[in-house]
Amino acid sequence: MLNYIKLIALGLVTLLAMIAASYARDLAYQVHAIIIMAVSAGLFLWTLRNTDEPVPASVLETSYMDGVVRYGVIATAFWGVVGFLAGTFIAFQLAFPVLNFDWAQGYMNFGRLRPLHTSAVIFAFGGNALIATSFYVVQRTSAARLWGGNLGWFVFWGYNLFIVLAATGYLLGATQSKEYAEPEWYVDLWLTIVWLAYLAVFLGTIIKRKEPHIYVANWFFLSFIITVAMLHVFNNLSIPVSIFGSKSVQVFAGVQDAMVQWWYGHNAVGFFLTAGFLGMMYYFVPKQAERPVFSYKLSIIHFWALIFLYIWAGPHHLHYTALPDWASTLGMVFSVVLWMPSWGGMINGLMTLSGAWDKLRTDPVIRMMVISLGFYGMSTFEGPMMSIRAVNSLSHYTDWTIGHVHSGALGWNGMITFGALYFLVPKLWNRERLYSLSMVSWHFWLATIGIILYAASMWVTGIMEGLMWREVDANGFLVNSFADTVSAKFPMYVVRALGGVMYVTGALIMCYNLWMTVKRSPAKDAAASPAAVAAE
Amino acid sequence: METYSLLREFADSWMLLVLFTFFVGVILWAIRPGSNKTHRETASIPFRNEDKPAASKEART
Repeated sequence: MLNYIKLIALGLVTLLAMIAASYARDLAYQVHAIIIMAVSAGLFLWTLRNTDEPVPASVLETSYMDGVVRYGVIATAFWGVVGFLAGTFIAFQLAFPVLNFDWAQGYMNFGRLRPLHTSAVIFAFGGNALIATSFYVVQRTSAARLWGGNLGWFVFWGYNLFIVLAATGYLLGATQSKEYAEPEWYVDLWLTIVWLAYLAVFLGTIIKRKEPHIYVANWFFLSFIITVAMLHVFNNLSIPVSIFGSKSVQVFAGVQDAMVQWWYGHNAVGFFLTAGFLGMMYYFVPKQAERPVFSYKLSIIHFWALIFLYIWAGPHHLHYTALPDWASTLGMVFSVVLWMPSWGGMINGLMTLSGAWDKLRTDPVIRMMVISLGFYGMSTFEGPMMSIRAVNSLSHYTDWTIGHVHSGALGWNGMITFGALYFLVPKLWNRERLYSLSMVSWHFWLATIGIILYAASMWVTGIMEGLMWREVDANGFLVNSFADTVSAKFPMYVVRALGGVMYVTGALIMCYNLWMTVKRSPAKDAAASPAAVAAE
Repeated sequence: METYSLLREFADSWMLLVLFTFFVGVILWAIRPGSNKTHRETASIPFRNEDKPAASKEART
């Protein structure tokens, strides 16, 4: 019966997408309508072929739903490489402007590719990693199968459709020009639907858990899902100019819009890139170290302090603007206070290894997790410092900010995700071990040195740029023009791009290693884990 | 009073108090006497039910 309703709905969506494609007012909208038409038509056929087929006997409640996690792991690795490659390419574009090819003007110049890079690494790589690991972790720590049946699959494919729509939109010029929230109104609506389904799956699994307590990783994941839903809806309140066009107009205007944007933007960092990844940390670090988290009490305090403080820190992005002083002072104070829970969490993660420090020598996977915590500590010290108004007057609008973001994103988010992938692949494909530990070591060193080249060159160029901009001569005239700083930055830009090359090389080695783990590594003894060959 | 001032005054006083009290309450609750056993038990959750769901609340290993 459900399938008939699905068929009707998919048929209608296909029809509406056809109409939208023919009435489209701009190219991005038209391409998106065609993508949606193709996807829903394909799903229509697929559903049709499966309708009234006998349903296989249910093994459902006796195994975990790992198929969707496996797909999530593959998508994470794939989008990671795409995002890193895009980032490396635009780094070279900045150093060598000739790479903004004439024939690709308007599609592949820096301005179009830059949001593609940020969204690919944050939302495609990070988002898929979060969905996959949260599905894996919530099942294990609740001792229950994922709630909602195929809804988990809807979340995975729906989210990846969102990514494809966002990425193609950027290249074709559909953007509402909000940092980390570039997709236009209909893509935002789609993400809202997918995200609510994600919330339902996650919460449903927690509600039917067999464990009496909710493990701390799930608290972090849940706060990430709920807060991102709220942030996304408020920051994307807009009115489309036409139902057949991608352009929309924001409901908020002026400084209110700026404040909502950075309330969103900073909490995208705080909840998407921090709370969610801390959920990963609180599961995978104890698992890989084979000992429980250092202090569970500290993890509870860490959680509440983090979510109580982060939500106020946004205004530090708007120092010296039309925003009232009290608001930017508030943002600054909360950012500085935020240092405490951040380091509390870092210490909690690092000290989980106490008594097992020898693993650092023998296990490159745990080394990866530890360095990610190190970068977490470093960037959560740097961030509060940069949010202080006096420091911000030097650092804002310079490359220092970009260096800071990357030591957080490449160091903390990237490394903890790699660690989680190295942990997950042997488990999910029922392999005894990874294909090659020395490749993990290669990945580790390439990535680490790459990040250091990146961060160090951005510190140098950022501070240099800030000092050049404020330099005045004896008569009070500015000494340097903007173009002077641009040419002075060239050597650092080349170093930064080389750091990117090293990082992406490491990620490619990881992909090969994980692929060979699935293909070549010896299978685990089947009798030892009967459920691992599960229903999927 | 205009909405902005009203909300501002409320946020500065009662809401601040509520949030702060809640926060202090959470910390006190976390370090309450006797929580150690619960926390040890909860912290060991990742080390069971690795391969398949528990059949019932009692059956978790």
